[in-house]
Amino acid sequence: MNQLGFPLLSLIIFLPLCGAVVTLFLRKEAVIKWWALIVTVANFFLSLPLYFYFQSGTAEMQFVERIPWMLSLGVSYHLGIDGISLFLVLLTTFLIPVAVLSSWTYITEKVKEYMILMLLMETSMVGVFAALDLILFYVFWEATLIPMYFLIGIWGGERRIYAAVKFFLYTLAGSALMLVAIFVLYFMNAQATGRPTFDLLELQKFSVPLAAQTWLFLAFALGFAIKVPLFPFHTWLPDAHVEAPTAGSVILAGVLLKMGAYGFIRFCLPLFPAAFAYFVPLMSILAIIGIIYGSLVAFSQSDVKSLVAYSSVAHLGFVVLGIFALNAQGLSGGILQMVNHGLSTGALFLLVGMLYERRHTRLIDEFGGLWKQLPLFGIFLLIVTLSSIGLPGLNGFIGEFTILVGTFQANWIYAALAATGIVLGAWYMLTMLRRVMHGPLDKPANRQLQDLSAREIVVLVPVVIFIFLIGLFPNLFFGKMESSVDTLLSQTRATISMGEPNP
Amino acid sequence: MGEALIHNTIWFILLFPLLGVLINGFFGYRLGKRVVGVVGPAAVGLAFLAACGMFIGVVQSHHAVVSTLYSWITVGDFDVSLALRADPLSSLMALVVSGVGFLIHVYSVGYMAEDERFTRFFTQLNLFAFSMLLLVLGNNFLVMFVGWELVGLCSYLLIGFWFERDAPADAGKKAFLVTRIGDFGFALGVMLIFTTFRTLDFEQVFERAPELLPVGSTIATAITLLLFMGAVGKSAQIPLYVWLPDAMEGPTPVSALIHAATMVTAGVYMVARTHVLFELAPLSMSVVAWIGVVTAFFAASMALVQNDLKRILAYSTISQLGYMFVGVGVGAYAAGIFHLTTHAFFKALLFLGAGSVMHALSGELNIQKMGGLKDKIRWTYWTFLVGALALSGFPFFSGFFSKDEILWKAYENAGLWLWLVGIVTAFMTAFYSFRAVFVPFWGQSRLDKKIAHHVHESPQVMIVPLVILAVLAFLGGYMGLPHFLGGSAVEGFLSPVFAAEEGAHVAEAGAHAAGVGLEVTFMGISVVVALAGIGLAYFMYVARPTVPVALAKGLGPLYTLLFNKYYVDELYMAVVVNPLKGLAGWLARVFDARGIDGLVNGIAAFFGWSGQTTRKVQTGSVRSYALSILLGVVVLVGYFVLR
Repeated sequence: MNQLGFPLLSLIIFLPLCGAVVTLFLRKEAVIKWWALIVTVANFFLSLPLYFYFQSGTAEMQFVERIPWMLSLGVSYHLGIDGISLFLVLLTTFLIPVAVLSSWTYITEKVKEYMILMLLMETSMVGVFAALDLILFYVFWEATLIPMYFLIGIWGGERRIYAAVKFFLYTLAGSALMLVAIFVLYFMNAQATGRPTFDLLELQKFSVPLAAQTWLFLAFALGFAIKVPLFPFHTWLPDAHVEAPTAGSVILAGVLLKMGAYGFIRFCLPLFPAAFAYFVPLMSILAIIGIIYGSLVAFSQSDVKSLVAYSSVAHLGFVVLGIFALNAQGLSGGILQMVNHGLSTGALFLLVGMLYERRHTRLIDEFGGLWKQLPLFGIFLLIVTLSSIGLPGLNGFIGEFTILVGTFQANWIYAALAATGIVLGAWYMLTMLRRVMHGPLDKPANRQLQDLSAREIVVLVPVVIFIFLIGLFPNLFFGKMESSVDTLLSQTRATISMGEPNP
Repeated sequence: MGEALIHNTIWFILLFPLLGVLINGFFGYRLGKRVVGVVGPAAVGLAFLAACGMFIGVVQSHHAVVSTLYSWITVGDFDVSLALRADPLSSLMALVVSGVGFLIHVYSVGYMAEDERFTRFFTQLNLFAFSMLLLVLGNNFLVMFVGWELVGLCSYLLIGFWFERDAPADAGKKAFLVTRIGDFGFALGVMLIFTTFRTLDFEQVFERAPELLPVGSTIATAITLLLFMGAVGKSAQIPLYVWLPDAMEGPTPVSALIHAATMVTAGVYMVARTHVLFELAPLSMSVVAWIGVVTAFFAASMALVQNDLKRILAYSTISQLGYMFVGVGVGAYAAGIFHLTTHAFFKALLFLGAGSVMHALSGELNIQKMGGLKDKIRWTYWTFLVGALALSGFPFFSGFFSKDEILWKAYENAGLWLWLVGIVTAFMTAFYSFRAVFVPFWGQSRLDKKIAHHVHESPQVMIVPLVILAVLAFLGGYMGLPHFLGGSAVEGFLSPVFAAEEGAHVAEAGAHAAGVGLEVTFMGISVVVALAGIGLAYFMYVARPTVPVALAKGLGPLYTLLFNKYYVDELYMAVVVNPLKGLAGWLARVFDARGIDGLVNGIAAFFGWSGQTTRKVQTGSVRSYALSILLGVVVLVGYFVLR
């Protein structure tokens, strides 16, 4: 099964953990920073063979590793990726070195602890996307909370304790029900087949009784909806973002939120297809509310960071809408849009962080006319803004448009409502750009600002390259997803149309 | 052999401007103004040569040629290629865009010479040329949409070119947002096309449309109205025209190229390109024609009283675009495209002329503060005069032929009313055109002393493009002579694209087709109307300069209404923008912060409170514990005894 004959996924997961252990013994801050950077960059290059050796024509799991773990319970250490998880793993390994480099001067205290947490973060996140056993998945899922809790709680802003506790408890509450549902599923399957297992691929073969599907779907969906976050479960997000250090926001928006959307595709869809189809209207409407509501609330924010945070609510609304369109365009567009959002919103947080480092404020009213002082920064902010508002030629357009094409075929009213997000998105982003970058440079404090340093350019350029690459050559990405998406959808359709009554 | 020529040239039309963007964008600041000022115009000039090559190829080959670069988006059966199309329509548009674009680039070298962001200007202007050419050359709806959005971006950037000032920065944002409302419709239209036809390729859609959709079907009407919504935004028609007057905050060459000659005509081009779909939706056709004529009328009425030279021209552009929509709306596609072409010549000329006036007067734009300029800046005056004659439909100038062709077809295909509104508008057009000639150029000088001191003619690099455009604005009309004078070369050239459908309209309207005699009569009326408009302007602004003031007083409320542009901007602010802002603010500060987040924190507070409350039971005092035990025993025993 494993085309490399080599446990590459394990290596990618545990290299950062080993790096973290080594970091414990390092003393000098500079050495620690460089070490963390080298480890994460190395891990990114290690993950590239996942793309190049990935076989497009098959929907089978690839790079599979499987070792029995708790044999009597049916728990195994089972890893593998398909066209759905491939890009989320790559997004993670790509964003972490970017986040590390962006913290170079921002983090001045407890550098060692910080870098250790960043490395642990990477291990747990890649684990989430590669795990094919429900217990293993759950372990990694919860493990992501701990480093992020400390990242916000220690290096965050003024209300960091409030934000960190809220983030931790809110998302934990969501996943608690998911754990219960995992066990219910486990026992139902064990009773029916006599083979107790937590293996996702095994459980997918078991068709859950319809009455149970609804409840199990809801239990999983709550955890995922909070993580996404879907309206009305979103209020932890702006607090967490505003208080988190820049790199924390980048990881939070770039990767952590995707875990929720990924969960819908990886677990809810194949395990509970009938319930999934049944809840399409509810979930789609929540997603649409998220798009419109998130955009309107984003418009009224006075803090740039919280504006970007609410824009995430809108963007993730598009992702969820695409997933629940239940067709090739919607689902593929949704997956690609996760990557796009990771890049463009990640970059927005990086830019906001760079501004904050210079000016120690993020209030929009404190800026104005910055383009004159920071032309290079302005160009990057412009490109990322355009990516975020879906300008053709850049990545955001591909995701948004394919999602809308998919949605339109499923239900044109949903598509029409969601498409207002295209106008609203341009409205709040360009208004922000107008107020921050354009107009007269009339605040004395802004006249002293320095334009981007070489290190900051190195942080941003790779992200911008991918913004263009996806926009111009999206088939490099869609091509790898195709088989997995098609197979998942045809299996789902087959199960739904087996003549079963609605739950 | 024409086909090979097309394949050899078509991609270069895009490549040269793109190279210009990359060279000036990455290295411009190191190359210096001199090199940038060569690279920028050269990029578009070479694109024009390539477009000429393609034009020859199109003339030689007798069918449309498609050139595909690569498969862009493939998801399921949604399959879109990056492909270009060479046919008479796209090659004519490419010639206009790159030709007029080249002249304006050359002019800009002089006009922008002193600007500190010279490099940035040419980078963005080249990006615009690239985007516009992509729009007109694209072979499917999505590539067209890419060009459509990218020209919007360039428009945004170039209107806000002087972003340090609030007005341009706001105007750029407004332009992007208002046109995006139209694009929302356009995007939905594209989605509906895909859902209906399972392809976005022009050829396949147009082939299948008549088979799949009966004439007048709901889907055909929906598709075309949604597409037209995009056109209303981009081509500044009622109700989305409000961004174009503000767009005059951009540098004048930008107003000439983007907001007069090319980008704003994209909507007209789009309707012509997708006319097969519009033919299936007679309702949409009527909507196009009537929105066009009503816009033409209202915009012309607003142009009557403006004092800002560029804004007069801006309202005039909106009005002329209305005429073009009348043309394509009554099925006279070739006439619409013909007017698009002549308008590109004379309106670019007028804007560049206005730029030359600004150049002479240190940026002054208020025509009331000018006067008597015709002897001081002769080249500018004479070329501007040619533009005004063409715009007002003076006989034998280009606008005369193209506007008349539209009005005649409007009558022939759709009846008297459309023509009547059009001819009244023509009168206003002639009047405001010559108001814009007489007030600044004739009469006594009303200039500020400081400015009057160094009024000077523009440099050669600006004058030469003016002269070339003036020649085109005069001669351009002879490409489209009426039937009784030998027939239209433009119509003949475009006939492979439009012939079938245009023929149908003539047959349908057979009852109206009244022969040469009537056509000549109508042309005579047009001439009289144009001369009357010019004459009235002469009377009011040269012969009796006191009349306008008296008239403004006499017609107080009407004048105020026109002067304030019917208060449409204020209306939109009050009805749309401010309520939306209010809602957003309420959602953010009340509903989200106190409602939803209040609920979340409320749940947390509830658990905190219940913990605090039940904690008080744990007092640590043994006697109170003993008391509770005793009470419990009493209750339990009592329960069992009394049961």
